[in-house]
Amino acid sequence: MSRGKLPVVDDGGAPARAPAAFEAMLAGHGLELRAGAVEVLQVNVGKLCNQACKHCHVDASPRRTEIMTAEVADHVLEAVRRFRFPAVDITGGAPELNPQFRRLVSGSRAAGSRVIVRHNLTVLFEPGQEDLPEFFRDHEVEVVSSLPYFLGRETDSQRGPGVFDKSIEALGRLNAVGYGRGVGGLTLNLVYNPVGAFLPPPQASIEADFRRELLARHGVTFDRLYTITNMPIRRFLEYLRRSGNEERYMRRLVDAFNPAAVAGLMCRTTLSVDWRGRLYDCDFNQMLELPVVAGLPRTIGEFDPETFAGRVVETGAHCFGCTAGAGSSCGGAVLKT
Amino acid sequence: MFSNPHSAFRNPHSTGEYRTEMSYYEEEDLGRFGEMGRHRPDLFEKFMAWYQACQEDGALSRREKALIGLAVAHALQCPYCIDAYSQSCLESGSNLEQMTEAIHMASALRGGAALIHGLQAHNSVGKVSM
Repeated sequence: MSRGKLPVVDDGGAPARAPAAFEAMLAGHGLELRAGAVEVLQVNVGKLCNQACKHCHVDASPRRTEIMTAEVADHVLEAVRRFRFPAVDITGGAPELNPQFRRLVSGSRAAGSRVIVRHNLTVLFEPGQEDLPEFFRDHEVEVVSSLPYFLGRETDSQRGPGVFDKSIEALGRLNAVGYGRGVGGLTLNLVYNPVGAFLPPPQASIEADFRRELLARHGVTFDRLYTITNMPIRRFLEYLRRSGNEERYMRRLVDAFNPAAVAGLMCRTTLSVDWRGRLYDCDFNQMLELPVVAGLPRTIGEFDPETFAGRVVETGAHCFGCTAGAGSSCGGAVLKT
Repeated sequence: MFSNPHSAFRNPHSTGEYRTEMSYYEEEDLGRFGEMGRHRPDLFEKFMAWYQACQEDGALSRREKALIGLAVAHALQCPYCIDAYSQSCLESGSNLEQMTEAIHMASALRGGAALIHGLQAHNSVGKVSM
C-alpha cells in the first residue's frame, strides 16, 4: 500500500462547520435522538491500518500505533459474554492487524453473538494474514468490505495505487471459500463511499451496477452493497478544507436533511467502544472524542444496559452526514427504497 | 466592478449591501436560485413544481435524466447547469466515462447542427450563382 506519502491531517483542526445546528434541525421537526437497547456493540480496535485512504474518518494508517491491548480486549469479551449483544461489529483501522483480533472474533462467536468484521480486503496480503478467508469462514463472520467503485481509477484515487487490483483478487479468494455466493450463510457485503464531496446514489441502483460490472469484468460476486456517506471528520474533513469544498458539502448535507431517516439512525441501536475501552454513541463521535452523555459510565468495563437504555445521543454538525438523503449508517442507506 | 445602486441586480431582501466586486457568473449564485421567487412567486413555484417533477424516476431513471441534463447543460453552455448536473450525475451513480459520453453527444449534435446549416449556405450560394 501507499506507505510513503500519507495525507496530511491537522489533528487539532476545528470540527466541521454547518450552516445549521443539528439539534435545532431535529427540534424543528419535533424530533429527539435517544438510543434504545444496544443491538450492536461496535468495537474499534485501533487506528493501525495497512492503507491510508483519503476519506478515512479514523485517520488510520500504517504509522498509527494506537491499538487495543489484551487487557481492554478482556473487558470487551467479558461484556459480550455477560450482556449477550446480538451483534459485535469489529472495525479499525484494519482490525485484523491487532493481535487481539482473532480472539475477539472467536470469543464473541462463542458467546453467541453475530460477528461483523470491517475488512479492507488488501490486509489479506499482509504477512500472517493469508488464511483470513478460511478464518472468517470457520467462524461464520459477516464480512463487510469497502470498494468505493467498480472501476480501478475511482477506487485507487480514494484508497491508494494498486488497491483496486488487490481488492478484486481478495474478493475472488473470499468467493472461493464460499463468501458472497448467496448460499451457505457466508455473507460478503460491499461498501460504496463517494469518491469525493458528493452524496451516494440510491443504494439499489448502484448495487445493481456493481453486481453486473464486477461479475462481467472480474467474475466476482457479493451479497449486498451498502452506500455510506463520507463523514466530515478527520481526513475527509481535511480534504474538504484543502479542496475548498467544506462549505458546499456541509450545505449539501443540511439541505438534504431527511427527518424520515432519524428513526433508523445506527446510534439508536449501537454502542461504540474505542481501543482504550471508552464508550461513544457511534464510531464518528469516537473519532471526535465526543463520549456518551455526561453522567453515564465511560468504559466498557462499567457498562450497564439499564443505565444506557434511553440515553440521549450526543450530536454535532457531522450528524448531518447520517441524515442526508436516504440516510447513512454502517449498514448502508437507512431508507432502502 | 459593479456598484450601481439602481441596478436590477440588487437583492431587496439582502442586508442592503451591494456587491462591490462581482463577475457575471458567481459560483454561490447557484445556491441563491430561490431568490428568483421573491418576485412573482406564483410563477416561480409553478416553474419549480414542473422542474422537480421532471427530475423524478419515470419512464426514464433519475440517472438517465441527470445525464440528459448534463448534455443539455453543455449544449446551452450554462455554467450553473453544468455544475449542478455534474453533481447530480455523480449522486445518481454515473462515472466520468458515462458523463463524458453524454457531453460528446451534446457536442456532436451541436457540431452536426452547425454543419447541416452548411446546406443553407450552399443553397444561398447556388441561388445567386450562375
